[in-house]
Amino acid sequence: MRKLLPVETFEAIKPRLKEFKLTFYLLNRNRLTMIAVITVFLLVLIAILAPLIVPYKEHVISGTNPQEKLLPPSQEHLFGTDELGRDIFSRVIYGTRISLETALAAVGLALLIGVPLGAIAGATGGVVDEVIMRITDIFLSFPPLLLAILIAAFLGPSLTNAMLAIAVAWWPWYTRLIRGQAVSMRERQFVRAARAIGTPHFKIVFGHIVPNTIAPVIVQASMDLGGVILTAASLSFLGLGAQPPTPEWGLMVSTSRNYFLNAWWYSIFPGLAIFITVLVFNLVGDGLREVLDPRTRKY
Amino acid sequence: MTELLKIENLKVNFRTFEGVTNVLNLESLSVAKGESFGLVGESGAGKTTLAYTILKLLPIPPAFVESGVINFEGENLLKKSEGEMQKIRGKKVSMIFQDPMSTLNPVFTTGQQITRVLQHNQGLHKAQAKKRAVELMNLVKLPDPENILSKYPHELSGGQRQRIIIALAFSCGAQFLIADEPTRNLDVTIQAGVLQLIAELIRETNVTVLFIGNNLELVSLICDRVGILHRGQLVELGSIKEVAKHPAHPYTLTLLRAIPKEKREKIDLTQIALKAEERLAEKGCRYAGRCLKKEKICLEEEPALKHIGGTHYIACHL
Amino acid sequence: MPSARVERKPKMLKFILKRLALGVLVILGVVIVTFIMTRVVPSNPAAQWVGPRATPEQIQAAKRELGLDQPLYIQLGIYIKNLFTGNLGKSLKTHQPVIEELKNYLPATIELVLLSTVIAALIGLPLGVISAKKKDRWLDHFSRFFSVGAVSLPTFWVGLFLQLIFYRWLGVLPLGGELSTNIKLFYQVPHVTGFLLLDSLITGNMVIFKDALLHFILPGITVALYPIGLVARMTRSALLEILGEDYIRAARSYGLPESTVLWSYALKNSLGPTITVLTLSIGYTLTNTFLIEAIFSWPGIGSYIATSILSLDYPAIMGVTIFAALAYVVLNLIADIIIALDPRVRL
Repeated sequence: MRKLLPVETFEAIKPRLKEFKLTFYLLNRNRLTMIAVITVFLLVLIAILAPLIVPYKEHVISGTNPQEKLLPPSQEHLFGTDELGRDIFSRVIYGTRISLETALAAVGLALLIGVPLGAIAGATGGVVDEVIMRITDIFLSFPPLLLAILIAAFLGPSLTNAMLAIAVAWWPWYTRLIRGQAVSMRERQFVRAARAIGTPHFKIVFGHIVPNTIAPVIVQASMDLGGVILTAASLSFLGLGAQPPTPEWGLMVSTSRNYFLNAWWYSIFPGLAIFITVLVFNLVGDGLREVLDPRTRKY
Repeated sequence: MTELLKIENLKVNFRTFEGVTNVLNLESLSVAKGESFGLVGESGAGKTTLAYTILKLLPIPPAFVESGVINFEGENLLKKSEGEMQKIRGKKVSMIFQDPMSTLNPVFTTGQQITRVLQHNQGLHKAQAKKRAVELMNLVKLPDPENILSKYPHELSGGQRQRIIIALAFSCGAQFLIADEPTRNLDVTIQAGVLQLIAELIRETNVTVLFIGNNLELVSLICDRVGILHRGQLVELGSIKEVAKHPAHPYTLTLLRAIPKEKREKIDLTQIALKAEERLAEKGCRYAGRCLKKEKICLEEEPALKHIGGTHYIACHL
Repeated sequence: MPSARVERKPKMLKFILKRLALGVLVILGVVIVTFIMTRVVPSNPAAQWVGPRATPEQIQAAKRELGLDQPLYIQLGIYIKNLFTGNLGKSLKTHQPVIEELKNYLPATIELVLLSTVIAALIGLPLGVISAKKKDRWLDHFSRFFSVGAVSLPTFWVGLFLQLIFYRWLGVLPLGGELSTNIKLFYQVPHVTGFLLLDSLITGNMVIFKDALLHFILPGITVALYPIGLVARMTRSALLEILGEDYIRAARSYGLPESTVLWSYALKNSLGPTITVLTLSIGYTLTNTFLIEAIFSWPGIGSYIATSILSLDYPAIMGVTIFAALAYVVLNLIADIIIALDPRVRL
């Protein structure tokens, strides 16, 4: 069956194009944000090309090298070596891939849970809305990191479970966001028209309401990536996420605790990698927020 | 007559992402001591921008002053530092704002806001300032001053708030008052009372006034002389009599026609419906695009203000 | 004419009661969700209770003792009933009542969190104001970079980094703990409120106070970083919005000095959102200390939950969770009340 796009989508394209150009113009004026945008692209590139970049591919997963353990940074080992003699530079580079993958999967899963629930709640109203939103409230009353820690602890430590835990901790934010949008959508003309010609409810929700409310949620999700990466690293640091010998940044900082007083490079570099990655994602998110928020928007 | 305010070659622009737009282009404008000068024009003509430029309160960026001189008591305000301006604002030049809803600070009581200004500008002690605030409330004819001074702005009506704003403008003996459409956001029923109050206070204090409005009739109640502003330029200038009785510029005619004189007078809407021009033309008269009488020269040359008798000037080729 | 503020009080009370009732419901929800989570996990609490070398009979007996042979909803009912009497069950590992253990560990955490939050407000607020005032100048760029940086830092790593600098390289601050070992041995540690810094100060025990303060610096900074960034960001964005308001321009037109306009007229308007964010950030800070306490061997509930999680000591985990949720709900309520106190808000 042909998928019907709401008429408003077409009407909206022209001003949106201008909006996009304006957004880019404003972003471009903020040099810090632009540097961050470029760095994000670089990080993605590093994640994709990781196997080609790393100088010691065998060190990434296992491959011990006891003669060269805990060596300070040098020409051969830019970031030094760890307690098993593995090249920290190679592991940190590879960690980019792991962090980005985990974060994208966690946010994607959270969207997959949160968006339909929010859209259904907002579009249906009544008891359904009430039940979904009260459950959401309960989840929102946990500090997100605590919730993620609890779930990860109960599911058992692994990277996949950490990802699941983060998704479970994050979905209610998207539910709440999209519900508000969906409520305002409910009485719009094209939704009424669709209802009048007898379109089934679930088709109205997923064919009309979701496509028209998803944009701000996607923007929010991209702003959340920094926080998600940080949470994933924190879980791994607590031993609830990635397990050795995975080259995950949080885990590397965690194992470094036994050696860092005499081998500073072991904890500095993986931690710096987390910091820079989260920072650039947050800077982009901040810049976007400032540019998209009509109240702080300045031409 | 001595000139209190004299503006020359003032150009104020806004920088937007589509480029630079000129919002104010005044060749010459002066206000004599003790005079009430009216400035009339549609919204967006640059009236409020002029008020902010005089007080140096323009939001910079996006606005910026390209060139010009604003002489006040013979000194160029545009050359003054922020610290020097603070000594002028409130004390020598004060302003009545157009929106009573947003001009008062929502988290302080009106009394706190008035005494704060009095304490700072006149070096009064707290008790003195409170006493003076009560006097000011009487001056603007607000009954039960103590009660009003203990309230937050949102607990007062629009008319009450506007009277407090008027009190603030007259609180520190300024010699020059800018009144920016002071009755624009008020209910019709209380506009007359507020206007009358301003007129009385002006007469009593003998203050020099720059009165901004979008309605020539209303401005004529207060002012001696009037200038018509169109897209940042003066198009007509003269005494109230000259401009109101013998309007010469096509734009002034349209402005006047927009107000029904008789109760059931039929207005030809096509005569007053002006096309909104999006961008300024690169040359020619800024009114040409909307003018019903335009000729070839209007599109090519910008008209300068020319003398047409008495104190009457217009900027039009015709 | 009755003043509007007199009428506010009963409305305020009603509002607080309503929020309180909602809070109780949320806590109940949290209890149920956590309870279910602990039961779907494949673990054997009874075996944990009796230890590794127990006979099947002993495990059966423990199951009866702990009520684990009952259906799930009855277990839940008993747990909630006990909750109202402050009984959170006993730790599977230490066999001590969880509530007593919480009482032991809480003061250290609360002291760390609250003191850091105060520090954060004292640093973050001025930083945000200056940043807004100098928008798009280098000071603003620096302050923004700092505040975004502060919320992007992995706190556990910052802790290690600070230890490396101030303990290992400079040797001026202790590595961790709340007090030095020799101080603990030779001095009588005062115990009045349970808050070490406060107790040593009010009993006038300056040696302990100084030592405790030295131990506080590094974890304190680490914990404060996140709320500093948060407060600075919030203050900046709230102020930027307010500085464009008409009443600010009006205040300037009356000749008020820029300092009054900024630090009084504008700042008072921005305090609502800033204090709200600060209050809510305490909840986040609380969980953040779980990571930081581990690094600094700080004897708080963070260390407690870390060991409980690793041994799946579920009564202990539930106890900490309920406490955290309770703190979160109370903080949310406080934030709502602060917003409602704003004279502009009519309930």
